[in-house]
Amino acid sequence: MNVKFWRSGDPFIWLTGSALAFCLLMITGLVGIILYNGLGVFWPSSLERIQLRTGERVMGKTVDRQSIPDKAELFRIQLKVGNRDAYGLDFRWLDEADIESRDRPGEAVVFERLEWGDAYGVIERIVEGDAVLAVGAEGGWEALQPLLDESARRWGVIHAIEDDEMGQINREMEALRREKQMLERAGADSARVAELAARNRGLWNQYEAVSDRLNAVRSENERAEVLLALADGQVRRIRVADIVRAYQPNALGMGGKLAVYLDKGWEFIAGQPRESNTEGGIFPALFGTVMMVMLMSLAAVPFGILAALYLREYARQGFLVRLVRIAVNNLAGVPSIVFGMFGLGFFVYGVGGSIDRLFYAESLPTPTYGTGGILWASLTLALLTVPVVIVATEEALAAVPRELREGALGLGSTKFQMIWNVVLPSALPGILTGVILATARGAGEVAPLMITGVVKLAPDLPLDAYWPFFHLERKFMHLGFHIYDVGFQSPNVEAARPMVYTTALLLLLIVLVLNLTAIVVRNRLRRRYAGSAF
Amino acid sequence: MIEENQSMDGATVAAEVVNPIVEVENLNLFYGQAQALYDINLSIPECEVTAFIGPSGCGKSTLLRSFNRLNDLVESARINGHVRIGGEDIYAADFDVIDLRRRVGMVFQKSNPFPKSIYENVAYGLRIAGENGKAVLDEAVEKSLRAAALWEEAKDRLKDNALGLSGGQQQRLCIARTLAVEPDVVLMDEPCSALDPIATVRIEETISELRKDYTIVIVTHNLQQAARISDYTAFFYLGRLVEFNQTQQMFTTPRLKQTEDYVTGRFG
Repeated sequence: MNVKFWRSGDPFIWLTGSALAFCLLMITGLVGIILYNGLGVFWPSSLERIQLRTGERVMGKTVDRQSIPDKAELFRIQLKVGNRDAYGLDFRWLDEADIESRDRPGEAVVFERLEWGDAYGVIERIVEGDAVLAVGAEGGWEALQPLLDESARRWGVIHAIEDDEMGQINREMEALRREKQMLERAGADSARVAELAARNRGLWNQYEAVSDRLNAVRSENERAEVLLALADGQVRRIRVADIVRAYQPNALGMGGKLAVYLDKGWEFIAGQPRESNTEGGIFPALFGTVMMVMLMSLAAVPFGILAALYLREYARQGFLVRLVRIAVNNLAGVPSIVFGMFGLGFFVYGVGGSIDRLFYAESLPTPTYGTGGILWASLTLALLTVPVVIVATEEALAAVPRELREGALGLGSTKFQMIWNVVLPSALPGILTGVILATARGAGEVAPLMITGVVKLAPDLPLDAYWPFFHLERKFMHLGFHIYDVGFQSPNVEAARPMVYTTALLLLLIVLVLNLTAIVVRNRLRRRYAGSAF
Repeated sequence: MIEENQSMDGATVAAEVVNPIVEVENLNLFYGQAQALYDINLSIPECEVTAFIGPSGCGKSTLLRSFNRLNDLVESARINGHVRIGGEDIYAADFDVIDLRRRVGMVFQKSNPFPKSIYENVAYGLRIAGENGKAVLDEAVEKSLRAAALWEEAKDRLKDNALGLSGGQQQRLCIARTLAVEPDVVLMDEPCSALDPIATVRIEETISELRKDYTIVIVTHNLQQAARISDYTAFFYLGRLVEFNQTQQMFTTPRLKQTEDYVTGRFG
């Protein structure tokens, strides 16, 4: 190696090039793993029936194959055998050496159930009460279809009764209870109290009537059952009402599989979670994330832009402003959990507690705003993102060329007119870039949410059809927390793993969509303001 | 001919002006501790083109910017002395700066159209003054663009973004924008320094047209340009006004040796 070689810069080119290649490798690796594991989850893979040398028979889906440590050339497979109610475990490891034969029976069915996960087996017969509707795999499958439709219809009725009618009665009773408590606190107005009690009794009667109707539908729904023969010969009774989805994976063609895939994918995005979040959909988490991001932006963006405008355009540039700027920059680097603590102490207990004492005293000691909720979580995250917005906006404003400002002032603009008509439009692409980056950061943040309002399972969305429509005091679900919860807090981690990947994929997608929107909007603005500083 | 040392003492050789519109009296300007202008006394005639020449850093742009108080933007700038425009002292305590800048327009070295349409650029000055009548704006836009010799090129693309124009067109747009508010005085700070020769010629033609209706003060580094387009010329050196006279005399029979050296290119 001589001096000339080093001076030529070639080693430096190699160094910079390999650094970039390494970064790209990491990113493609990350995205690739999530895509690989996430996209295949909903594919209805084949059911295999496996005859073991011991004489035992098992049936399930192969999910993994790996070599056995210390035994060269030997492999074992991980089989999802389902039927958790029968076997206790979803998964089984089988050494390939123990397998005598494998086949894929066309009549094998998969039932996705409300409880106990998937059931795999062959239909033996369909019964309704004491009557046998069909016998055998083929006849049973055909007899099952109308029963499934009927049960789906009944579920619709049940949900309507529960959510609308019973919910309405509950809300009225809650209102009565509050009014009664307020009256008692204010001093007895016995006539009114008696009237309230009477109305309350009326509501109770209504409730019982509705409840009877509900029970009638429910018991009707419980009558049809499937007798399913498992691979090892035992027969289990499965209520048709418990079946969420049924398909015969080995008999499905490509189109049929695709239909099941899309159906499951749609359920994942639009459905409610089941089985402590390990199955079903993640709609509440998706909704919570998006709504929280919107609330956060609503709070952070105007404040950040206004603050940056004052700091850059109006404040006298001196020691104090420099100090403020340094403080803001440092605020952007404070660990998010610290913001979470502040949010809990200030927003939840401080502001929320005061709101409760002032406006919701009749509900105390049950807190209304004095506990974690989507509003407080959004405000906490807004606090976290405001510094980023301020810094980005300030930089964008500083990059507006001096000539443009002087041109506006030279025509007789006031300072406000200059800022509003010339500086802000020119700085807009830069401001937007900063805003979106800040928002994307906020969307992926989990730690501060865990102590300001995120829960594993929120019974109600923070936005619904009942006045006042926005229920900002409600707790909510969040994709980031969902990943943590399902992946690490769930009782059945192995079965939940696909869910973790798909949820991560969705979260990545949301962030990607946010960033893409940013880029598109910025490019459009840039074209409009071509030649300006951005 | 007056001796050279006289000018170095600060005594200025200045021609009498019959109909002054801008009068500068004992103007001193400081940026922090540094003094940028020394005892400037100058009268700028109405409806003529006056050129400021001098080497870089001599204070000619600073003086120009003190005519519409753009120096106010520089926090460290202090000023004493008087500048009167149309007889009013623009540095008086209760003077309305916004109004001043409507009466004294400015065209900058680098063309600086706003990120808006051509039409909106020209109409901007009127809009911020509260004029929103479409007929009035339409008329003012056409008139200003014609005066800046841009109408023929721009009339079919008034709604297009101004940043799509060429450099010379952008500069003429800036002139039109300035003219739209009908100022008394138009200040031009090296308006052609970033343009190619052909665009420069067009701007110079425009200026020659404008001298009928407007008082123009132009800062230029280009001595030929000053000789071509101006009626009066002021020569500055190191923050002082050295000589001020009719252009023809300045370039043919300067009264000071220093001026002669500069205009003949012996230093600068």
